[in-house]
Amino acid sequence: MIEKATVDAIVAHARRDHPDEACGVVAGAEGSDRGTRFIPMLNAAMSPTFYEFDSGDLLRLYKELDERDEEPVVIYHSHTATEAYPSRTDINLAQEPGAHYVLVSTRDGADSPAYDGPVEFRSYRIVDGEVTEEEVRVVGSYAETEGEH
Amino acid sequence: MAIELRVPTILRTYTGGAKAVSGDGVNLAEFIDNVNGTHPGLKERIVEGEPEELRRFVNVYVNDEDVRFTGGLKTEVKDGDVVVVLPAVAGG
Repeated sequence: MIEKATVDAIVAHARRDHPDEACGVVAGAEGSDRGTRFIPMLNAAMSPTFYEFDSGDLLRLYKELDERDEEPVVIYHSHTATEAYPSRTDINLAQEPGAHYVLVSTRDGADSPAYDGPVEFRSYRIVDGEVTEEEVRVVGSYAETEGEH
Repeated sequence: MAIELRVPTILRTYTGGAKAVSGDGVNLAEFIDNVNGTHPGLKERIVEGEPEELRRFVNVYVNDEDVRFTGGLKTEVKDGDVVVVLPAVAGG
């Protein structure tokens, strides 16, 4: 479950950085499984086929999350020419078993703000090399789902 | 006093869930060996190859400095230092 404003922010970031891959996290309270704070990160690789958080940025990010009792609920990145499915590299390098790995594709013109078709936005768990796709449910706000189980 | 190792989530299986463990050594290589003695398995997730080198997609910081810029495994450490291990967030 993810808020619409966050989805929009991730897609906008992916479009902005196209043709390079965009990446970032959505942080949320530890154990809540609700990403509430959108944090776009710099792709230090500045590449259309690879992304990596800058090592200094990574340290600052995790310190900040720690201080706020948050964790990376979502780790997102874009694919710029292929489908929004984890690549072999994505699977090999995934090291946050608790995170939702979100992939967005900006292929086939989806990078353009004028593009009005659906943008591929998919989510996965990646644990020990095993990929499990999960349904993405977009809500206006988490508050409106209170009381649901 | 000792040197503290901050353990990332994915490696806490080696520390019984602890977020931080401590050890000793005069440089990073010795420190990792020392911590591996009490928490076997940690080392091979951080270091690889012969001669040993830090894994490409694991970042290690001593007092907030990325050790890739301070001598890698030869980086000196001392009592009171904080060693942070963070898996890279990367992919293709």
